[in-house]
Amino acid sequence: MMKNKFAWILVAFAALVILLAVGLNLDPREVPSPLVDKPAPAFKLPRLGAAGQAFAPEEMRGKVWMLNVWASWCVSCRQEHPLLVQLGKQQVAPIVGLNYKEVRGDGSLDSSKMPLEQEHALARERATQWLNDHGDPYTLTVLDLDGRVGIDYGVYGVPETYVIDKAGIIRFKQIGPLTPEVLEKKILPLIAELNQ
Amino acid sequence: MIPELGHFALILALLVSLAVGVLTLLGAHQNRGPWIALARPGAQAMAFLVTIAYLCLTQAFVANDFSVIYVAQHSNSLLPLQYRIAGVWGGHEGSLLLWMLMLTWWALLVSGFSRNLPAPMLARVLGTLCLVAFGFLLFILLTSNPFERVLPGVAEGRDLNPMLQDPGLVIHPPLLYMGYVGFSVAYAFAIAALLSGQLDAAWARWSRPWTLAAWVLLTLGIAMGSWWAYYELGWGGWWFWDPVENASLMPWLVGTALLHSLAVTEKRGSFKNWTVLLAISAFSLSLLGTFLVRSGVLTSVHAFATDPTRGIFILAFLVTVIGLSLALFVWRAPKVGLGGRFGLFSRESLLLTNNVLLVVAAGTVLLGTLYPLLIDALALGKISVGPPYFNAVFVPIMAPLVFLMGIGPFARWKHASLPEIARLLKWALGVAGVVAVTLPFMYGSWTPLVGLGLLLATWVALTVAINFVQRVQATRGSDSFLSAALRQPRHFWGMHLAHLGVAVFVVGITMVGGYQEEKDVKMAPGDTVTVSGNTFRFLGVKQVEGPNYTAWQGQVELLRDGRLDKRLHPEKRHYRSSMMPMTEAAIDAGLLRDVYVALGEPIDRDKPEAEWAVRVYYKPFVDWIWAGCGIMALGGLVAMLDRRYRTRRRRRNPANRPAGEAP
Repeated sequence: MMKNKFAWILVAFAALVILLAVGLNLDPREVPSPLVDKPAPAFKLPRLGAAGQAFAPEEMRGKVWMLNVWASWCVSCRQEHPLLVQLGKQQVAPIVGLNYKEVRGDGSLDSSKMPLEQEHALARERATQWLNDHGDPYTLTVLDLDGRVGIDYGVYGVPETYVIDKAGIIRFKQIGPLTPEVLEKKILPLIAELNQ
Repeated sequence: MIPELGHFALILALLVSLAVGVLTLLGAHQNRGPWIALARPGAQAMAFLVTIAYLCLTQAFVANDFSVIYVAQHSNSLLPLQYRIAGVWGGHEGSLLLWMLMLTWWALLVSGFSRNLPAPMLARVLGTLCLVAFGFLLFILLTSNPFERVLPGVAEGRDLNPMLQDPGLVIHPPLLYMGYVGFSVAYAFAIAALLSGQLDAAWARWSRPWTLAAWVLLTLGIAMGSWWAYYELGWGGWWFWDPVENASLMPWLVGTALLHSLAVTEKRGSFKNWTVLLAISAFSLSLLGTFLVRSGVLTSVHAFATDPTRGIFILAFLVTVIGLSLALFVWRAPKVGLGGRFGLFSRESLLLTNNVLLVVAAGTVLLGTLYPLLIDALALGKISVGPPYFNAVFVPIMAPLVFLMGIGPFARWKHASLPEIARLLKWALGVAGVVAVTLPFMYGSWTPLVGLGLLLATWVALTVAINFVQRVQATRGSDSFLSAALRQPRHFWGMHLAHLGVAVFVVGITMVGGYQEEKDVKMAPGDTVTVSGNTFRFLGVKQVEGPNYTAWQGQVELLRDGRLDKRLHPEKRHYRSSMMPMTEAAIDAGLLRDVYVALGEPIDRDKPEAEWAVRVYYKPFVDWIWAGCGIMALGGLVAMLDRRYRTRRRRRNPANRPAGEAP
């Protein structure tokens, strides 16, 4: 075969493609979250649907559990919700819902002048309604009205999901909606491993 | 209903693009007249369908249809109308639809302005564009459908990213995309030429105005983006070497090389292979830019939405388009003749040097952009490549390029005389040297970089003037200088304007780089701060209400000689729906300097009426950066309107000739 002096161009391009293909399997945003492998920050928040009761992560000691951050105004939460509902039915692990800034996070409401009790009542009403409409996969749900617990957990955006082990250590964090892939490949094996 | 209509139009467009693309290319290959004739109506149908889809999405935004996921994620009922319309391209799916819209419109323009093209050539060009469109439509429909619904709809949308709620967003992406996508036309011409084997001067002449158009738009788009970053981000910088900026700079550099190389191919028949390769590269880099931005392989402030399936699709698309094009090139190129010979010092050799330098510059940007990925892929850790790298490699490449730019227009084709040019230009070099040594002292200090920048800028401006005057005098006869100057061909005007734009741009970056000053200070009401002779007095903040945000508006007075010169109102905005704080800097722009004030944070959050962190900048000549880009683009526009690109069409339609113009 005659040697083609332009063939190196194809070789160079092939090298570039290989690099990009490898790069696709890496996640530049997978900067390990500083909270992973650290104890889950403590909090005490009022529960939804159980007036006067509060929940704190210590109560889950000895169990592998998941914390899912959601809000009724969050569009992506709806996207992942069927997965959570399914997961809830399978009873793989208790899932605690952290309702994040239910009222303050909603752009259509001006909550700056709203008294706290009213905000609280509105948040309960909206969150309950949403869970009735879309299904409730949660063992229990807590309300983080001002988002302070969210800050402690380093919430970037809603939804987020944490897997916390028996000793209260965060072992995994998913930023953004859960996908069947993440669930199958990462979360379920991790829970199985932690439960052993 | 309307979103479904848009979705349906996209599906139809997909089918049309595939059918037309395959049939016209086959038709041109086998010389089947009826198939070839499909090209024009096919391209028009595709443009029509995509436009319908685009309008449907716009309608969903305007009507606040939050059952469309994309609308719910990027709009809000409080969002002003102009941002709802611009919000269409505020996210991934809509950006791609805009990309698509631009592509089909370019094809439409080609089908409209191509009466002098042989039918098989036009069929190949439009067929190539249709196949590219097919790939993108498939991508949109499979992975990024903007018309997807969530039922029942949500009550309120999440709002457009506040950073994008700015007039800059309304103009910047469409301009940039027009430029990016515009290189698809030069690319399609190159592929058509390779397929037909007709790599000749006529091909170069057809490609030139299209390449110029794309280049002009890309220049303006990049400049707009830079200007937007300058006043909107509140960091006072004009270029950050962000991967997305790099993605637009690479096609620009290669496109600039392509423009110059096309000139040689048209005039002298040389560099044919090289020109074709540049045309393929310019578009490939546009595609690569899309891949880098949209696949999420690199982090960037621009990557609003990233998703691995999208990445895999774009990579496959990239491999298909670029791989096939390069394979076609490698197969055909050895058979292409070398064209006219030229001497070691000639206009050809100077333009070749220009090309090599521009391509090397694009290569260094590519390397810097992909290096973090390479290191990560080799599991050597996570790094980022920042401005120090780019500044260090860019200046040594660009400085000789700009210097040679002064000489190029004086060199003759085939063989030029170095002593003759040296004799002519030694004064210009001398004057530039004097300016470079003395002018900086007016600003207090001399540094090698400032000296170099001013030397180059003055040199380019003087050589442009000398070349222009020389040419006008030579062709003047008994006419006045002005009428002889106006008689010069537009491509000549265009070249000099563009080069002058580079000089203006270099002044801007040199002076800002050398003499900008910034101060971060804590200011209580009544305090003053001075940067480079500009005194600011902070009077405190007051609360103001916008349509979808509330803001703290700083009351700042700019003082001159102790007297009030101007009031500035920087803002710290809080957008209600996204809870995102945004900085709106206040800028007093001027010919020789900008002063720039941005509000930081209140020192004590509970006492916003007290002290604030305030950032003030002094930016000498910063507006020259964008003015330079504007002049470059104007030069490109003037060159694009050169008469010789239009003559043949005129001759065919004599009725269209404007009255009173000489034949």
